[in-house]
Amino acid sequence: MPAFFLALRRLRGPLITLISVYAVAVLGLTLIPGVDGEGDPVRMDFFSAFYFVSFMGSTIGFGELPYPFTAGQRFWVTVCIYFSVVAWLYSIGRAIALAQEPAFRQALTQGAFKRAVDRIHDPFYIICGYGDTGRLLVEGFTERGKRTTVIDLEQQRINDLELAALEIYVPGLCADAEHPASLIAAGLNDIHCAGVIAVTSNDKINLKVAITSKLLQPHLKVICRSEIHDVGINMESFGTDHIVNPFDIFADRLATALHSPANYIIRRWLTSPSGTPLSEPLFPPRGRWILCGYGRFGKAVDRFLSFEGVEATIIEVDPKHTDAPYDTIVGRGTEAVTLREANVEQSAGIIAGTDDDTNNLSIIMTARTINPDLFIVARQNRQRNSALYEAAGIHLVMQRSDIIARTIITRIVNPLLAEFLELLTDDDMEWSNLLATRISGACSDGAHTWNLSITRARCPALAVSLYQGAGISLSTILDEAQKCSGEKAAPLPLLLKRENDTMMLPEPSTLLQHGDQILFCGTHSAENLITWIAGNLNALESAMQGAAETPATNSA
Amino acid sequence: MNLQKVLFAFFIMLALTLNFGFVMGEINNPSHHHVYELFAALVVSLIATVMKFGDRTHMGAVLLAASLVADLQLIAAAVVWGISVRVMEIELGTGVMSSIVSLSGGAVVANVISVVLLIIETVQARR
Repeated sequence: MPAFFLALRRLRGPLITLISVYAVAVLGLTLIPGVDGEGDPVRMDFFSAFYFVSFMGSTIGFGELPYPFTAGQRFWVTVCIYFSVVAWLYSIGRAIALAQEPAFRQALTQGAFKRAVDRIHDPFYIICGYGDTGRLLVEGFTERGKRTTVIDLEQQRINDLELAALEIYVPGLCADAEHPASLIAAGLNDIHCAGVIAVTSNDKINLKVAITSKLLQPHLKVICRSEIHDVGINMESFGTDHIVNPFDIFADRLATALHSPANYIIRRWLTSPSGTPLSEPLFPPRGRWILCGYGRFGKAVDRFLSFEGVEATIIEVDPKHTDAPYDTIVGRGTEAVTLREANVEQSAGIIAGTDDDTNNLSIIMTARTINPDLFIVARQNRQRNSALYEAAGIHLVMQRSDIIARTIITRIVNPLLAEFLELLTDDDMEWSNLLATRISGACSDGAHTWNLSITRARCPALAVSLYQGAGISLSTILDEAQKCSGEKAAPLPLLLKRENDTMMLPEPSTLLQHGDQILFCGTHSAENLITWIAGNLNALESAMQGAAETPATNSA
Repeated sequence: MNLQKVLFAFFIMLALTLNFGFVMGEINNPSHHHVYELFAALVVSLIATVMKFGDRTHMGAVLLAASLVADLQLIAAAVVWGISVRVMEIELGTGVMSSIVSLSGGAVVANVISVVLLIIETVQARR
């Protein structure tokens, strides 16, 4: 709407000019005497005059109507032609200038963006920042059918968003997320807005976004990225729902990978996009490690490593400034000398954790030439370097944006899975190994997780049967699904949540209750089968018969 | 004093006075209502409308609406005139004249509202 008013205001001059020129021309034609076919004097009436001026102004053709003009009339028409042409040129020029004016274009794009946001009638999330993380988030949400709107400071990134091949339209606006007006334009006050996710690379902007959202819409879920602990604590103080510190999560994952590879691989599988083939588990060796770079990332890694009891030699180019321990080896780690000094020949693994991808790659290449058996962990800062990191044959790549995006997507799209991963402890190695084996057995075509809530709306047959007092155990449904699909392994229930009870890996003999929420992992066809059994009374009865005939067996 | 405000008020009032001048007289007497007066009223009314473009205040919106109503009524009057005389070739008699004048009479009401609103706005600005 502002664009429309701006256009009207700017076109005031041209329109008044046109009206005046037309009025004067018409008036002149009606006043100047002419002659008709028989030579009698005649005056043009307003209708003919307006008709003549209309086509004179736009085409200057059609001849002299209704009778050939007298010299006086021709004189007047000549003057009028020049004036009307100039008036039209002026008007069209102004209209084109208006269309090219940045303020007008901005008003237009803002209007289009607002209308696109208004048209969203499903719950949607506002994503502030369309860098590496924002892009992965938008892709992840879109893939799972969730709507999003995007704000970014750079027009180039909004252009990238427009060109991205997304299945659902994601409106994007080039605006400063720090201004409350930008967030409101992106739908902060919309009733369909479900939450705000601030993942810009600037902690201050993220903080401002969190404050704005919590002040204007306290009920909204707000998730923020924060790389500085103080800012994170500040965000927590006014109720930000979740704060993602990439360095901490990073270091925590790395520690998990070193300590309990099975646990790490389970997390990785379950948070991968649907259909990704299961990656191979890794077994990092025990022994002394080398840690290159002692910035925020290095510090976090060092803390978690010492917690795990892993000794690490630190290499840092500026130990004074980074407050590194006294036995730190000074250097970049990209030179063989420094690496030798850190005793790379006898080390088990190396972590290239500087904030420069080129240096990290260089560290890896150099280290590997000296000791080919090294287990290599590298930090990837920029997503565009993915091809290089893949080619470098690194055992474990830690990519910041990927980790943040996975954490946030899991938390929002599948809260049950987030809960499961939180409960997943890495104390019992054997238990984790067993779980990893069971998951890989259940998921033949890539890890896929889904929720089943036993409610009348979601699975009517199951809800009604339970209401009538039928005793249905988890195995009844699982066995039937396995029988129908003909697959080797049944889908695996990971978590069962009811009113005041949460069960990790519920037993197959568990009796279901109305209101249960179950997290499964398995194949896509298994999901369809289970949904079908839970929703169709005949299928459910056949499953119950099957369960009654064969005594309950342990499907695990 | 602001030249733009002068022009604005000038056109709004001129639209009313010209319109009123055309309507004045016996409603069905063609000799009381001259075509040039209708033409002038229409042109001034159109210009007054354009001058009201782009004002986003509530008052501006109502002023614009009143002006659009006046335009519509005057254009209707001019079209009735043109069609009855040129297309249907009826003599400009009492029947046609009274519909033309009553249409422009409607425009007078809209123009009066415009002027009243203008006065209210001015008084408010004084306070």
